[in-house]
Amino acid sequence: MPDNKVNPTHSKSTGLPRKRFYRARAHSNPLSDSHFPVPLTPAHVDYSLHYPQADSSKKIKFADIGCGFGGLLISLSTLFPETLMIGMELRDKVSEYVKERILSLRVANPGQYQNISVVRTNSMKYIPNHFEKAQLSKMFFLFPDPHFKEKNHRRRVISPFLLDEYAYVLEVGGIIYTITDVEELGEWMKSCLENHPLFEPLTEKELEVDPAVKLLSSATEEGQKVARNDGQTFQAVFRRIARSDQSVVQDVKHVRFVTSDSFGSIYDYSILQS
Amino acid sequence: MDEEVAAETRKDTEVAPALIAVHPDRHSAVVAVGPELRAFDLLTISAVSLLDDSVSGEQPSHKDNIRAIRFGAKGKLFVSAGDDKTLKIWSTQSWQCVSTVSSEKRVTAVAISNDGLHVCFADKFGLVWVVDLNQTSKDKKPTPTPLLSHYCSIITSLEFSPDNRFIISADRDFKIRVTNFPKNLLNGAHEIQSFCLGHTEFVSCLAFVPAQESPHSLLLSGSGDSTVRLWDISSGALLDTCEVAIKAGLLESNGNAEEHDHAVTDLCSTLDGLLVAVAIQSLRGIVLLSCDVSTKTLSFAKVVSIAGETFIPTCLANCSPTKELWMVTGVSSLPGYDYPSLARVLVISGIDVEEEPVVLEDDKIPGGEKLLETLQGTTSVDDNAFLAAAEAVKAAMCNLLIKKHYPFENREYRKKTRNDKKLKE
Ligand SMILES: C[S@@+](CC[C@H](N)C(=O)[O-])C[C@H]1O[C@@H](n2cnc3c(N)ncnc32)[C@H](O)[C@@H]1O
Repeated sequence: MPDNKVNPTHSKSTGLPRKRFYRARAHSNPLSDSHFPVPLTPAHVDYSLHYPQADSSKKIKFADIGCGFGGLLISLSTLFPETLMIGMELRDKVSEYVKERILSLRVANPGQYQNISVVRTNSMKYIPNHFEKAQLSKMFFLFPDPHFKEKNHRRRVISPFLLDEYAYVLEVGGIIYTITDVEELGEWMKSCLENHPLFEPLTEKELEVDPAVKLLSSATEEGQKVARNDGQTFQAVFRRIARSDQSVVQDVKHVRFVTSDSFGSIYDYSILQS
Repeated sequence: MDEEVAAETRKDTEVAPALIAVHPDRHSAVVAVGPELRAFDLLTISAVSLLDDSVSGEQPSHKDNIRAIRFGAKGKLFVSAGDDKTLKIWSTQSWQCVSTVSSEKRVTAVAISNDGLHVCFADKFGLVWVVDLNQTSKDKKPTPTPLLSHYCSIITSLEFSPDNRFIISADRDFKIRVTNFPKNLLNGAHEIQSFCLGHTEFVSCLAFVPAQESPHSLLLSGSGDSTVRLWDISSGALLDTCEVAIKAGLLESNGNAEEHDHAVTDLCSTLDGLLVAVAIQSLRGIVLLSCDVSTKTLSFAKVVSIAGETFIPTCLANCSPTKELWMVTGVSSLPGYDYPSLARVLVISGIDVEEEPVVLEDDKIPGGEKLLETLQGTTSVDDNAFLAAAEAVKAAMCNLLIKKHYPFENREYRKKTRNDKKLKE
């Protein structure tokens, strides 16, 4: 594509958007009313806009909540090439950056990165507008804002009440991934998940074979920063389970095994590794 | 305390609409206006004196505007709650306050389970709490348990499904949430059955269509978007939409809905579920819709106008055994007028598909002049005051429930100059 217009916000050598032109305020208040468009229902999410080349019958399966600069999405994109995924980001400039970044990657790598996109929204308010019941198989919360003060705990993106909504949009067997370098927040996220009746922790073995787990500390910009500083990280990875006091007994085996989707991708992953 | 919500809480809720509730067997009728509760016994045709040991002497039970009142399905219980952060549970036999529950925040909505065992209330911060009535006794102050939360939104209406399986909560963010009501209340209500999404403005009211034969209960909702919608709560599916303001001739179909002049403010259905009465913010009267449970549709039936006076109902109460619709209009306080508060009660009889609705003259109202004296307080009020009251209620509702769309620069400015930010926390 002959592109002789020089975009000053993009790097000349890579064509990728440069982060410094998309610098934003460090923190946003997720409680304040904002002014971005919100889909009326999940059926109103415009897939042709987000994924113009994807099979129109497909639905988004992974969500990266507070995706920041989008590093995780980009890693996941090639790891799960058949899976549609979306990043949700509150800060306007940051979501614009991610959008540009994905568009540039699509241009530079024809046929690739067609399965990832980003939306500017407040995930704490509008998750049910984006996803149907049991639509998602994975949700990621990587290095979320810590909100240290006790009175600000309700701004945390993992909380007992918000987990109800995440449980609603996750399918039974779906997985929620959290990681942070703030020990107190790590404890908080873990205890919220442990105390929630619709989640159970993955076993050590399951964590080992899950390719997404390996990305938690390395794929995002925040994770890389922590790694550079030799910081410790605290992760909690839990599975959505069926309600225990439900009269219909769930097929436990089905719930325990990794879903076929991630199974196929483990295969992809080993190819990438060899 | 969160700055954004707190700032709104202070200035926008100064006036409260008058509310009405009628006992399911029509033993009594109650009006709430401002902090005042006024009850009338329709069996003995006399005013009821409310007995409340938790307050001394002539003190009113509530110290600030009442925001929600309702009878239990069996008529044994009555609850009232509001801006004074208290929920009062009353026995309708003795009209004694049997328990006073403290809330951390102002209360915006209440519901009583149909078996009379639980009372739920929503606070100003979007949290829904439950009080287990088995656990309450006169000497022990019951402590509410948090059940669920609408993240940073105002809950406008709460309703139990007729089979008590679900608790339904509606908010100003256009959302209706259907949650499984848990067996063990202490653990909270974590299992969301569905979200009913489709309204394009705040949801103001909810009501169930009592459908005896149908296994699935149908839910009705009214909204600032001037529509009434019909939902299947088990899936959250939108079954039908009735553009009530357009149907009632208040709005052109291409009308400017952004003025929020025609918000639906209340609705209730008849016991057979065939008719739905709807109050709209600018309509002097009500709209009747007919509901077809088998085809799951809503259709416009008629407008019942109120002639001769300015009567825009602020609250509706259905009285099924006598096929009456009880209505009140009024406001907690009206700056610029001499009245401390205003309330006017009207009754429409013949709310039935086979009958013709009639707006009753004051002397034909059950309980007659005595009832009106009790429930309205003052007997004659200048008509202009009611128009002003309707405007005040509308302005308060819009302030509270409609999001302000500040342009970006304006927002930045607001942040910089916000008083609550300057105050030391
Ligand atoms: C510390 S950053 C981490 C970003 C990224 N996950 C990473 O690991 O590099 C947290 C991000 O979450 C975003 N965020 C905070 N609250 C949010 C909300 N309610 N909805 C969407 N995004 C939010 C912030 O704007 C910020 O970009």
